[in-house]
Amino acid sequence: MSATKSFQMAVVAAVVLLLAGLLAPTWLQFLVTMSASNGLAVLGIVVLMRGGGATFGQGMFFALGAYAAALAPTLLGVQDAVLRILLGTLVAGLIGAICAPLLVRYRGIFFAMLTLALSMVMFGLLSKSSALGGSDGINIVKPTVLGMALHSGNAEYVLYCLTVIVSVAAGWLVSVYWNSAAGLMALAVRGNPLRVEYLGASARRSLGTSFVICALLGGASGSITAQALGHVEPNFANWTTSGELVFVAVLAGYRRVPAVFAASLLLEIVRSFSNLYFPNTWQLALGTFMLLVIMFRPEGLGSLWPASGRRKVEPALAVPSVTGGQS
Amino acid sequence: MNKPLLSARGLRKRFGAVVAADDISIDIPAGQRLSVIGSNGAGKTTFVNMVTGYLKPDAGQILLNEHDITHLSHQSIAGMGICRSFQIPMLCLELTALENLLVAVAASGNRQSLWQPADRPAARERAQALLEKFQLQAYANRPVMQLAGGVRKLLDIAMALARRPKLLLLDEPTSGVSADEKFPTMERVMGAMQDEAVTILFVEHDMEIVANFSERVIAFYSGRVIADSSPAEVMANQDVRNYVTGGAQ
Repeated sequence: MSATKSFQMAVVAAVVLLLAGLLAPTWLQFLVTMSASNGLAVLGIVVLMRGGGATFGQGMFFALGAYAAALAPTLLGVQDAVLRILLGTLVAGLIGAICAPLLVRYRGIFFAMLTLALSMVMFGLLSKSSALGGSDGINIVKPTVLGMALHSGNAEYVLYCLTVIVSVAAGWLVSVYWNSAAGLMALAVRGNPLRVEYLGASARRSLGTSFVICALLGGASGSITAQALGHVEPNFANWTTSGELVFVAVLAGYRRVPAVFAASLLLEIVRSFSNLYFPNTWQLALGTFMLLVIMFRPEGLGSLWPASGRRKVEPALAVPSVTGGQS
Repeated sequence: MNKPLLSARGLRKRFGAVVAADDISIDIPAGQRLSVIGSNGAGKTTFVNMVTGYLKPDAGQILLNEHDITHLSHQSIAGMGICRSFQIPMLCLELTALENLLVAVAASGNRQSLWQPADRPAARERAQALLEKFQLQAYANRPVMQLAGGVRKLLDIAMALARRPKLLLLDEPTSGVSADEKFPTMERVMGAMQDEAVTILFVEHDMEIVANFSERVIAFYSGRVIADSSPAEVMANQDVRNYVTGGAQ
């Protein structure tokens, strides 16, 4: 799909979601805000998965974005939600870029465990730092949005709109990346990194790029979530947060951007209603659902989408001479 | 005499007690088609691996156009124009044949081109041209995991050619191909190279292929070069008959 066509589709999706938000009750606006926001962090994990990496430490970037947004008003006097999101995104991206050269030297479980270790270091630092509120975290001053003050009547919808716009824009940018030569290279690195290097490209650089994108999206997600909740806490960097995000990433698969947000929304709905009706056993239901997905849809919800152009499988061809009769 | 494209000087490589390369010195002029023969463990693939940077020699030097490439990474060496195919094709199984070639084309471009669409016209044109050269158009949109071994082999070689290398190393291009198909496969490979200004070195076990498709043959035995001449002379060499061909003409 061309970038222009995907942009048009993104604009249509954003307009539909913004209009739908007008009709939605406040609780639903909040639910979608949270799911789209978490979806951004999951999208980061999916970008990394597609590029041959796995992370158990997305919570670190999530927390970095959240704390950057929380500290922006007091340290920098930044009141605007958009600027706070930008700041959270950039801080997480910067730390991601610093960590990337170390991490890309490793693959598979070693890469994933290193990301987990980094996030747990951050969790420890945040928990012990009294300047950052210790284990209780800190509250966030209500932001303005492009100069508009938020109050109880409009806050949810304005944040909903902001989240939708950021999520759709990020989704579109990721789809453009996936369709680029760098995106295809990332997919090749996932499949055969040594071959990519024998072609003269750098598998490490490709993985590093995926990791920095993952960090940027984690930061954006954290800064939006923090502003929607009005509070940040060290638990954002904890392994349980990272695990939940990985859960959604596996549920979504790495094929389609919309599947990521659909999976995130699904988790948020299940969590909300399960907490209400069977608070002690909802994780059991979620675990069972995950098992079923792994068994019957190992490539995630994204494999339910219609096949994209690159995955058209043609009927079997007659095998001509030279290509037949061998192993 | 023209300066060689590739010059290997005094290469030595040991794996514990095994001597895989013992003072190997070879000059390869530009435009030549040469083959490397030898029994299993003779050091053929070790030589290819050292030239492409996957293995570093314990001693010796490798020069490409008089530039020392001995200690460069395999990625940098590919960037300088030495590409290779593999005995067991190294492909991205999930991707289609066309996508594999688009990856190869993207890898040969500059960093800016990485941010352009993968199937931009120039890249697609080059990938399609490679498919046509190797007569693989029918497989363009099929995932590699669905392709037969011979097609994978050709695709692997096509990918190595995408960068327009100066030196192309083919590690057993006909291995795994049935006896009847070896010649047509090799003809297809050599036919695809016709318009490319590329020097070709291929490792091969089939002496008929070697005799028909190479101008020069280098025979390895126990990590040493025991013969280096025209196919006819090498095949007639007594050491080669003793240690490599077992008396085959």
